[in-house]
Amino acid sequence: MSKLRFGIIVFPGSNCDHDAEAVCNALPNAEAHLIWHKETDLRQSDMIILPGGFSYGDYLRTGAIARFSPVMREVTKFANDGRPVLGICNGFQILCEAGLLDGALMRNANRKFICKFVTLKVKNNETIFTSEYEKNAVVRIPIAHGEGNFVADPDTLTRLKDNGQIVFTYCDAHGNETPDSNPNGSLENIAGICNKSKNVMGLMPHPERAAEALLGSCDGKKLFLSLVRSFMLQTH
Amino acid sequence: MTEPVVTLELAKKYGLLPEEYNRILAILGRTPSHTELGIFSVMWSEHCSYKNSIAVLKKLPRNGKHLLAKAGEENAGLIDIGDGLAVAFKIESHNHPSAVEPYQGAATGVGGIHRDIFTMGARPIAALNSLRFGNPTDQRVRYLIDGVVRGIGDYGNSFGVATVGGEVYFDKCYQGNPLVNAMSVGIVEHHKVARAIAKGEGNPVLIVGSATGRDGIHGATFASEELSEASEEKRPSVQVGDPFTEKLLLEATLEAIESGYVVGIQDMGAAGLTCSSSEMSAKGIEKTGKGGMELTLDHVPIREKDMTAYEIMLSESQERMLIVAEKGHEQKIIDIFKKWDLNAVVIGKVTSDGKLRVWHHGQLVADIPPMELVLGGGAPVYYRDAVEKKPNTTFPTLKPDAEIDFQKEILSLLSRPNIASKQWVFEQYDTMVRTNTVVGAGVSDAAVIRLKGTTKALAMKVDCNSRYVYLNPRKGAQIAVAECARNIACSGARPLAVTNCLNFGNPYKPDIFFQFQEAAKGMGEACEKFETPVTGGNVSFYNESVTEQGTVAVYPTPTIGMVGLIDDVSKILMATFRQDGDTILLVGGKMSDTSSGALNGSEFIVAFYGELGTDAPHVDLDAEKRLQDFLNQLANQSLAQSAHDVSDGGLVVSLLECAIMNQTLSLGFDVELSAQPSETAIQELLFAETQGRVVLSIRPSHIEAVQALAKEFELSCDAIGTVGGKAARLRVSGREIFSATIDAIADVYFNALENALQLEK
Repeated sequence: MSKLRFGIIVFPGSNCDHDAEAVCNALPNAEAHLIWHKETDLRQSDMIILPGGFSYGDYLRTGAIARFSPVMREVTKFANDGRPVLGICNGFQILCEAGLLDGALMRNANRKFICKFVTLKVKNNETIFTSEYEKNAVVRIPIAHGEGNFVADPDTLTRLKDNGQIVFTYCDAHGNETPDSNPNGSLENIAGICNKSKNVMGLMPHPERAAEALLGSCDGKKLFLSLVRSFMLQTH
Repeated sequence: MTEPVVTLELAKKYGLLPEEYNRILAILGRTPSHTELGIFSVMWSEHCSYKNSIAVLKKLPRNGKHLLAKAGEENAGLIDIGDGLAVAFKIESHNHPSAVEPYQGAATGVGGIHRDIFTMGARPIAALNSLRFGNPTDQRVRYLIDGVVRGIGDYGNSFGVATVGGEVYFDKCYQGNPLVNAMSVGIVEHHKVARAIAKGEGNPVLIVGSATGRDGIHGATFASEELSEASEEKRPSVQVGDPFTEKLLLEATLEAIESGYVVGIQDMGAAGLTCSSSEMSAKGIEKTGKGGMELTLDHVPIREKDMTAYEIMLSESQERMLIVAEKGHEQKIIDIFKKWDLNAVVIGKVTSDGKLRVWHHGQLVADIPPMELVLGGGAPVYYRDAVEKKPNTTFPTLKPDAEIDFQKEILSLLSRPNIASKQWVFEQYDTMVRTNTVVGAGVSDAAVIRLKGTTKALAMKVDCNSRYVYLNPRKGAQIAVAECARNIACSGARPLAVTNCLNFGNPYKPDIFFQFQEAAKGMGEACEKFETPVTGGNVSFYNESVTEQGTVAVYPTPTIGMVGLIDDVSKILMATFRQDGDTILLVGGKMSDTSSGALNGSEFIVAFYGELGTDAPHVDLDAEKRLQDFLNQLANQSLAQSAHDVSDGGLVVSLLECAIMNQTLSLGFDVELSAQPSETAIQELLFAETQGRVVLSIRPSHIEAVQALAKEFELSCDAIGTVGGKAARLRVSGREIFSATIDAIADVYFNALENALQLEK
C-alpha cells in the first residue's frame, strides 16, 4: 500500500513548516517532505500544505509576495488539477492572494496579534479535510495571527454559503457563533473556507498545534486523518 | 571625508576616562587613529568590558557538574542535559534603547539574544522576558508598554520561536527608565557546538547576513550612561530589527555549522564588527598561543554610501555574523548563505602576529593587539567604592483586622497590575510555534517546553521582586533565586543553572555599588546552596532617569533566569487545581511565621498602607533547598495533582490563582486557616510574602505519603481545605473572610491589567 505523500512548501519566513511535517510524519500511512520555494517539481507529492509563518516577512501584505514565488505557479496547476491543497494561517493568506480561495484576510479587529486556544465549529464535514469530524462538532484548536479577519463581498459570501464552502467558524463552547467568540472580527465568524470544488482549503487556526494531548488538544489531528482516509479510499 | 582629530576631549566625548585614554597612548605608543579610538571606546565601555562589575561577578559560583561552557567563555552558558543534548541559554538587557524607541529597542533585544544562542549552533526553542514599567495609567508609560510588547511580539512571532513566559512588573521607579530583559533558550547536540574563536593562520574571515549601515553606532556607549532629556537625541543609536532576515540567518547559520566548515563564529551585537573580531581573535590567541586578524573593510557589504572605517567598525546593524571558515571551503559557506538569499563575503583572514589590523581604501586604519581590548585582557577593571545607604522607608502601624473589609481588599489586591493576569501581554506573543509548548505563559509557575525525540522537558522562568532587593539587596537577591528555583521545582523540574541580568543605577555612586555588591553576594549564596551555577548573563548599569525629584535610580533589579530539567514529561506539574475533592496542603514555612514585620515588602502593605516596610520578607535558604528536593520527590512519585508557590500577594492570592489561572478548568475551594490570637494576625496570615511555601493539591488517599515525605525533609505540611465547586471560600479561625464565585474572581483577575491600561487618568 503506498503512503500518502505530503509536500510542505517552505517559503523564506515560513515557521510552522517543521510543525506540519512532524504531525504528518506521525500519521499512519503518511510521510512528509519539505519543498523549497525555488523548486518547481511537485510530482513527489499527493497533497500540498502551505504552512504558517511570515513568508518574506509579510512586509508588504500577508502572502502578497509569496504568491509570486516560483513554486506557486506549480501549486496553482496542482490545485486546478483537482488535487488537495491545504493552507494554514499564512498559507490561507497566500491562497487568498493567489486567487485559489475567495475573500481576503485583514488586520484583526483589535489590531493586535492574538495567540490562544479557540473553539471552532465544523460547518461542513463532507470534505476531504473534515470527513473524520462530526457535523457541527465543536473543536479546540489554537490561533496565532495578526491578520485573520476574513472579509468577502456579499455576493461571494452568498456563494460560499450556498456551496457549503464555509468549513470552520469560531464559536463558543456550546457551538454558538457569538460575537464574543469571534477573536478577530471575521465576517460571520468564518475561520476556514474551501474552494468550490472542495479540493483547496484554507484556515487561520493551526490544526498542527492540536495533534497531541500533551500540548492541550488532539482536535486538529482529525483534519490530517481525514486527508489520509480520503487518500486511502481513492487509491483502493 | 575628513575625520575628527583625536584628542583627549574627543576620547571623553566617546565615554573614555582620561586615565583610559592615557593607557591607549601607552599601549599603542602613539596617538590612536579615529577608528582606533572608536574601537577602544566601545570595547572599554561598561557594556562590553564589564569594567565596573567583573571583579564582583567573578565571585559568583560558576562550577557545576553539568556545565559544558562557563560564564564568559562562550556567547551563552551551556549545560549538558543527557541524550547527547545541551541547553544554551542567556538573558540580556535592552533597557536604554527601549526607553527612547520602545518598539525597535525591544525587538532588537529579542533578536540579539536569539543570535547569541544560535551562533553556538543551538536552535532557539523558547524566549522569555522580564519587563518593568512605571504606572500603567501614565500616558508615556502606556506608549512604552505598547511599543515594547509589540516589538517583542512582532520580532519573536515572525522569527518563529515561542515566547513562553516572563514577568511584567510595575513600579514608579521605572517610570523614566523601563527595563526590558530578554532571554533565549536553545538546544544543541554536543558535537555541533560552535565556538567563538578565530584560529588557524590563513583561514578566511567572512561577514554574513545583512548589509552594514549607520544604525546603532555607539549603541554600547549609549547603554553605558544615564538617561536624560538629551537621550531622545540618541534615538539613532537604536538599531532597527528585521526578524525575517534573522529567520533566514538562523537557518543558514545552523546549516553552515552542520557543514563542518565553520572554525569559529560570533554574532554581531553590541559594538558590531569591532567586538566580534577582537573577541574572536583574542580567544584564538588565548587558546592556541597565537592568532590575530586582518580585515579589509572595502569588502563589507554596506547599505549606505561613503561609510567611514570608523562607522563600519562601530555599526550595530542587526542580523549579522562573523565566521572563520576552513581555508579552501569558504565557497561552501557562501553557497549556503546564497541559498537563503543572504550575503556572505570574505573580508579578511586569520593571522599569527597577535594584531587586529584593519584596512580601508588602502590605508591601515587600525592596528591593535586584540588582547588589549577585551575583558580578561587589557580592558580596565575597577573596584568601586561601596557605601550602604538604607532606603528611607517605614513600616506602617497596622490597623486591627476588625477594621479591614477582607472581602473587598482581597479582590482589590487581585486587581493590582502586579498581581493580576498578564494575559493581555502574553496573548500578543506566539506561545506555541514549533509545537513544543506544554505549559505556556501565565498559566503556571514556570513555562515547560518538551524536547521532541526524547521523554524530557525543560522548565524555565525569569523572576525578581526588586522591591525586596531595594529593601535588602542581599536577602532580596537570595529570594529572587529562591523563588525562581521554587517555581521550577513546582513544575516538576530539577533546577539546573542560572543566567542573570543585573539592572542597577550608576556604579560610580557608592550606594548603588553597595546594592550591586550585596545583591551579587546574595545571588551567589543562593546559587551555591541550590547547586545552580551562574552560566553568564549581562550587567546593565546607569538605569537612572532625571525627574522633578532629581536623578532617580531604578530599584536594584537582578533578574534571574533559570532552567530546570524534567526527565519524563508525564511528571510535569502545574499550578492549578485539577479535581473536585482533592485535599489542599500548605507546605513549608510555618503558620506561626506571622510575627510582627511579616508583611515587610508585601504587595499588601504597599497597596493598603502605602508603605514598603523596612526589610525583605523572611527567607531560609536551607529550607528552600529542602522544599525543592521535596517537590522533586513528589513529582517523581506522582503524588501531587498541582503545586503553586506562595509569592506576591501572599497565601490568599496563591490560593485564588490555583483556582482560576487555568481558564479551561477552574475549580473552587473551601479553605479553613487558623490565626494566632492577635489583632493583626489575619492580615499577616493572608498577605505575608514569607518565602519557602507552596500550595499543593493531592488526592485524599495520598495524604499520609505526602505528609511522611514532608517530614523527611523537615517541612511543615498542613491540610487546609478541599478543592471543588464553583466558588472560593476562605475562613480563618471559624470566621468567614472571603467568598466569591470563580467567575467573579476570574473576571477581576483577567481584566484588571487591560482596564488599568485603558483607564482615564
